[in-house]
Amino acid sequence: MSDIKEIISGICPEATFVEGGEQLQVIVPDAKWHDLALQLRDDRRLNFDVLTAVVGMDWKDSLGVIYYLTSTSNNWDMIQVKVTAPDMKDPYIHTVSDIWKVANFQEREVYDFFGIRFINHPDMRRMFLRNDWKGHPLRKDYDADPAKNPIRLDDEVNEDDTCSYVEDGNGKIKKVPGKVFNEDEYVVNFGPQHPSTHGVMRMRTSVDGETIKKVDMMSGYIHRGIEKLCEGLGYPQILHFTDRMDYMSAHQNRHCLCLCIEKALGLEVPRRAQVIRVMMDELMRISSHLLAFGCTAMDLGATTAFFYGFREREQVLDIFEKTCGARMSMNYNVIGGVIADIHPDFVKDVKALLAIMPERLKEYHKLFTGNVIARNRLEKVGHLSKEDAINYAITGPSGRGSNWSCDCRKVHPYSVYGELQFEECLETGCDSFARYMVRMREIEQSCRILEQLVDNIPEGDIRALNVPKVVKLPVGHWYQQVEASRGTFGVFIESDGTKNPYRVHFQSPCFNLIGVMDLCCQGYMIADLITIGAALDFVIPDIDR
Amino acid sequence: MEVKIKSMKHEDFKDNEYIDKLVEELNASGANVAVGNLNKLINWGISNSLWPLCFGTSCCAIEFMSLGAARYDMARFGFEVARNSPRQADYIMVQGTIVHRMAPAMRRLYEQLAEPKYVIACGGCAVSGGPFKNSYCVVPGVDKILPVDVYIPGCPPRPEAFFYGLMQLQRKIKVQKFFGGVNRKEKREEFFAAHPEERGQLS
Repeated sequence: MSDIKEIISGICPEATFVEGGEQLQVIVPDAKWHDLALQLRDDRRLNFDVLTAVVGMDWKDSLGVIYYLTSTSNNWDMIQVKVTAPDMKDPYIHTVSDIWKVANFQEREVYDFFGIRFINHPDMRRMFLRNDWKGHPLRKDYDADPAKNPIRLDDEVNEDDTCSYVEDGNGKIKKVPGKVFNEDEYVVNFGPQHPSTHGVMRMRTSVDGETIKKVDMMSGYIHRGIEKLCEGLGYPQILHFTDRMDYMSAHQNRHCLCLCIEKALGLEVPRRAQVIRVMMDELMRISSHLLAFGCTAMDLGATTAFFYGFREREQVLDIFEKTCGARMSMNYNVIGGVIADIHPDFVKDVKALLAIMPERLKEYHKLFTGNVIARNRLEKVGHLSKEDAINYAITGPSGRGSNWSCDCRKVHPYSVYGELQFEECLETGCDSFARYMVRMREIEQSCRILEQLVDNIPEGDIRALNVPKVVKLPVGHWYQQVEASRGTFGVFIESDGTKNPYRVHFQSPCFNLIGVMDLCCQGYMIADLITIGAALDFVIPDIDR
Repeated sequence: MEVKIKSMKHEDFKDNEYIDKLVEELNASGANVAVGNLNKLINWGISNSLWPLCFGTSCCAIEFMSLGAARYDMARFGFEVARNSPRQADYIMVQGTIVHRMAPAMRRLYEQLAEPKYVIACGGCAVSGGPFKNSYCVVPGVDKILPVDVYIPGCPPRPEAFFYGLMQLQRKIKVQKFFGGVNRKEKREEFFAAHPEERGQLS
């Protein structure tokens, strides 16, 4: 760690360091941030090639951003960089969206929530809220009076308008208006209410004949303000929100939030609870990938495959229902363990599932994977190179379809994953078919993990006994990642020592996936928009939060 | 008068008195034999071929997909033809939270539905805003912007709850009077009075 400090000090003498937290924190003045960021990525010794998370912050006396950076070549080391806007009344920070493309949407989110404008950002529109929204909701002084922002039943106007902020030689910042689409472009609106967007995503697509020229992703049609809601609730109360973000990764998301709180509290989770959690995570992954299989097939018009996928998914849901009491939104993990012990039939049911899965997977491959139409629609469509996947921080099956080894269970093993034997599924195709195949192979690997655990669930407590009645985290901030069904899910918590979190940020994998849609779709047919979306398999409530 | 539907026994419903009272009130002035029988015929047809417009925004939509799959199989009741265009649908199935940005689109889709039209609010979020009720940008219940016929509570509701709600809609349809202007019918002029900005675009 001291090497990194020396190297950064060499590049940017103004940088100061804070140690003692989870990672090294570098504090950089805004004027030097862009130059340092470029070096952080390109310097061979540092090589921070992944921008993991961008967290906007309001510290009451200043506004700023914490960037979490990861170096894939350096043992997946992470550092945090804190950049504060020089002027709180009129906050500006230099963009890094030209260095890490993933920052494009991330910084738009920060602008939407905190009003921090990013100098040289190409497209400084709001991300989630209406363009006529008054105020920035995650600021601590936000006025939530419903009279200011009533429910409007009129459409948003000037949707094509965008702007960027540029700095001239004297350091003066100027607003430059722009347009999303040129006047002579033919734009097809797609969504927000369309079954093939897998939720309520709106894609405005500029086409030349049938060829896609540009896709403008408009998000926020299911933005529920979860991060702001969390600030008014206690830690046990915020757990249930994670089940409702990516409802196909409910267990993993909640596992992540629990791990983050447990890390801050220094709680040791009993081994029985850890094993149950991992088993639930893997069952959830199977159910999620089965749904992805069914929906991909249905988006191509193969309705039969959908019925096959759902047949096995129901079996997984039955296991959940017996133990957790619900088919979806299970609310099973709690701080320090799980809420209830497994059902007496759990082991038997899991074994029954494991017994049929290999046979059923063969059936899927026979039915759909080998189908010539499916092959033609998926192969060589939606190309995403490994470099782009890293630059856009596309994790999960979509990133592994581009041959990027990014499985959080391998690189930052958590819970009992370090002891388990399983293979990280990689494909070299970089296309929709590769992403599809990664999912199908991951079902096999999840079964393999379950096989190792199903007979080895240790006896013991299901919840740590020393969980405080009122959960108060010490002052500080924490970041925790897990491998959810669609990629690396991250939770950031900042605590000021009270029973409510000061700031909670959820870094959802799907948010990065929509950032890459424009790149993936360019040059392909408009019909491919559906299959590219289906193969990336994003879940919209996870994006919007 | 009992409201009978084929799929479920009368005594298995929990709110029979309420419905029976409603029927009594509706028929207080008596019904013409010819019109009454025509109404019955039309309502029999509508109630057994309800085509939903799936307005799925979050988790409830996935449970609705389970309804479409083989295990629960909503085709048994005539609900299976899920439409994606409001022109072809009988009712909106609101599945999930409605937020401020979505509200205009939601309202527009409702107005595009052909008469007679119904709305079902599925899940806590559509019913009241659910766990997100206190948020700055969530519509606290879809009934703030649309008239709702049936509420299905749950987070998300079980498939069985979906069926119960859908059968309630069937029962509701069975007692409606298709002839005689009892249904909600918006007159052209009333519509323009409520939406002056649409006049230039439509007329």
